[in-house]
Amino acid sequence: MTRQMTGAKMVVQALIDQGVDTVFGYPGGAVLPIYDEIFQQNSIKHILVRHEQGAVHAAEGYARATGKPGVCLVTSGPGATNAVTGLTDALMDSIPIVVLTGQVPTFMIGSDAFQEADTVGITRPCTKHNWLVKETDRLPGVLHEAFHVATAGRPGPVLIDIPKDVQFAQGTYQPPKPSTSHYQPQVKGDMEAITELVAAIETAKRPIFYTGGGVINSGPGASQLLRELVDATGFPITSTLMGLGCYPASGKHWMGMLGMHGLYEANMAMHDCDLMINIGARFDDRITGRIDAFSPKSKKAHIDIDPSSINKVIKADIPIVGDVGHVLEDILKVWKSRGRKTNQSAVAQWWSKIEEWKAVDCLKFQQTGKTIKPQHALARLEALTKDHDRYICTEVGQHQMWAAQYLGFEDPNRWMTSGGLGTMGYGFPASIGVQMGHPEALVINVAGEASWLMNMQELGTAMQFNLPVKQFILNNERLGMVRQWQELLHGERYSHSWSESLPDFVKLAEAFGAKGILCSDPDDLDDAIMEMINHDGPVLFDCLVEKHENCFPMIPSGKAHNEMLLGEAETQGVIDAKGSVLV
Amino acid sequence: MSALKIKKGSTSHSAYNLRPTFSDVEERHTLAVLVENEPGVLARVIGLFSGRGYNIESLTVAEVDHTGHLSRITIVTVGTPQVIEQIKAQLGRIVSVHEVHDLTVEGPSVERELAMFKVAGQGDKRVEALRLADIFRANVVDSTLESFVFEITGAPDKIDAFADLMRPLGLVEVARTGVAALPRGD
Ligand SMILES: Cc1ncc(C[n+]2csc(CCOP(=O)(O)OP(=O)(O)O)c2C)c(N)n1
Ligand SMILES: [Mg+2]
Repeated sequence: MTRQMTGAKMVVQALIDQGVDTVFGYPGGAVLPIYDEIFQQNSIKHILVRHEQGAVHAAEGYARATGKPGVCLVTSGPGATNAVTGLTDALMDSIPIVVLTGQVPTFMIGSDAFQEADTVGITRPCTKHNWLVKETDRLPGVLHEAFHVATAGRPGPVLIDIPKDVQFAQGTYQPPKPSTSHYQPQVKGDMEAITELVAAIETAKRPIFYTGGGVINSGPGASQLLRELVDATGFPITSTLMGLGCYPASGKHWMGMLGMHGLYEANMAMHDCDLMINIGARFDDRITGRIDAFSPKSKKAHIDIDPSSINKVIKADIPIVGDVGHVLEDILKVWKSRGRKTNQSAVAQWWSKIEEWKAVDCLKFQQTGKTIKPQHALARLEALTKDHDRYICTEVGQHQMWAAQYLGFEDPNRWMTSGGLGTMGYGFPASIGVQMGHPEALVINVAGEASWLMNMQELGTAMQFNLPVKQFILNNERLGMVRQWQELLHGERYSHSWSESLPDFVKLAEAFGAKGILCSDPDDLDDAIMEMINHDGPVLFDCLVEKHENCFPMIPSGKAHNEMLLGEAETQGVIDAKGSVLV
Repeated sequence: MSALKIKKGSTSHSAYNLRPTFSDVEERHTLAVLVENEPGVLARVIGLFSGRGYNIESLTVAEVDHTGHLSRITIVTVGTPQVIEQIKAQLGRIVSVHEVHDLTVEGPSVERELAMFKVAGQGDKRVEALRLADIFRANVVDSTLESFVFEITGAPDKIDAFADLMRPLGLVEVARTGVAALPRGD
């Protein structure tokens, strides 16, 4: 039904018509007409964040946990520039979000008006696409197209910049209709390549599934198909940080995460395999280590919806462009129709090799003494929360890698972490977004004290909207990951990698009206975690942990998968000059 | 290895053709990119090249289909086969890009460029400039007693050659449009 209305009303109407229930935002002069419309309706909840970066991360968390695009509304100028980190984060991790920014009125654009910024210019490289809408009549079309672009193909952030006069002016509203956009990425994989892959599956002696965030982005159905394929073939599976949960951690064929801080068995198997089936991962440098030594003996199949991912870093022998879900369906169909063949005896031998690597038990640690080891804290958190309807976010640093190693993910969309950009300050606002999407669930943000402080103001948001997010801070009073690199690379000169003057986190929580819990004794840990879980409201859990613990296993920069370090004893002089320029 | 099967001219990633090897040898390719004629679209394309460190040797852009709202960007770029493939794939994923064609591999094509040369001089040099211009089929589009402006159209290397000849004869200023290119035949 087309109707006359103002641009501001169109924004709200389009959001409703797109099925949006939650908007994360922060008002300002250039979006006041839209805020006025939000005030006069009840279909959409608006979550007032405390910083626009928080709004974008919250929208990302919401999107990752629900599979629906997240939506933000911020003002022009500083509101828009504050959103840039979140946009870049969402671009790197392929998260669908729609960010609406206010802009100065069209007749003032270019005049350096108050709170004017070239928002589409600034955000062009950090969005999948963006629009400046100068006519109210164009607004509905662009709003609907924005949701299409954000979610179609490889998902990503989009931004619509809306000048204030466009918000005030009347125009004709058009409801969404089936997309006529020329932007229609290919979802079906090429059957010839799929058949070639099936033939490789049938004969592989040392196969491995290497999966990534693309499986999660393809939707829960894709994870289901992946499980079917993995369990039917009996091949081992590993995943990137982004893909955790696409195959259950308790699954028989799970080898754990791979990559720089991945598990020994996963990296060794990647190095020695003869068939690598990359499903929705992108050969990121955290995964490959040294490129020329990356899995030298394998034939590589690469399934990705983005053609530019293929052959970007690693040459694919069997490239398949398409949506993971569609391609997996076809692989299963073809493989079954050809008689469900695998080279069982060879694969059994491969598994016995993998069992040897597993026996190294690369994640073992000993909780001795009176100081809590971060690994122990996470092992206890896992034990005490794994049977809950649980969602985990993280910040960035050692704690993030430990969380990936020591927590188990049974399902997709349960793990929200900043993978590509590595954004400290991501986790807390993301947990707020997740809790909005799943009000009854147990939402925990595993944090480092330094990262957490980057967006700590969002405690106000959590309190105002009664979002019982649990902030589980592994407090080592260090920028732990930086400290670890300085130890390994810079002669133990710890330049600015510790935080002095840390707040008293319990008092900080209380200042916002939240609950604070301090725990420093391993003997108190379980009770303290239970107290956190059982508290009905946001909790700031200050877990004082060992200050100088390093995160292992580790593939040092510039090294190959089979040159992992497993512990402290192996770290002397491991990174050469060439490796040290890498990040 | 099997190449990706994507229809030529298909919406978001046309002309995508995977090469079997990662060679180190740099090649010069002419790409024709059909884009939505909207503000900022050129910035998207140029930003892609600068952001990812690709080369632009020449770039031209103009609207070619008014009703369809399409502009054609012709880019001449240099890179290894892997980089060229990346450039095409990266261009293909820009939402405003409708089609990407690699004229260098898609069959024979013609390339033309227009240039203007201002040459100042007197006596023999002036006569020689005029004579060479005639040989190169350059037109005189402005003249004073001390200078000519020549207009010349042709493949880029013809224009390079003309520039080399004009330099000792008093070349003062050059303007080149950059390459426009079309596939031959139908
Ligand atoms: C915004 C931002 N700034 C800087 C960095 C670089 N960096 C990566 S990890 C890290 C230290 C994080 O410290 P903390 O949050 O306490 O986690 P820990 O490593 O101690 O577990 C830093 C500074 C980053 N990733 N993000
Ligand atoms: Mg820390």
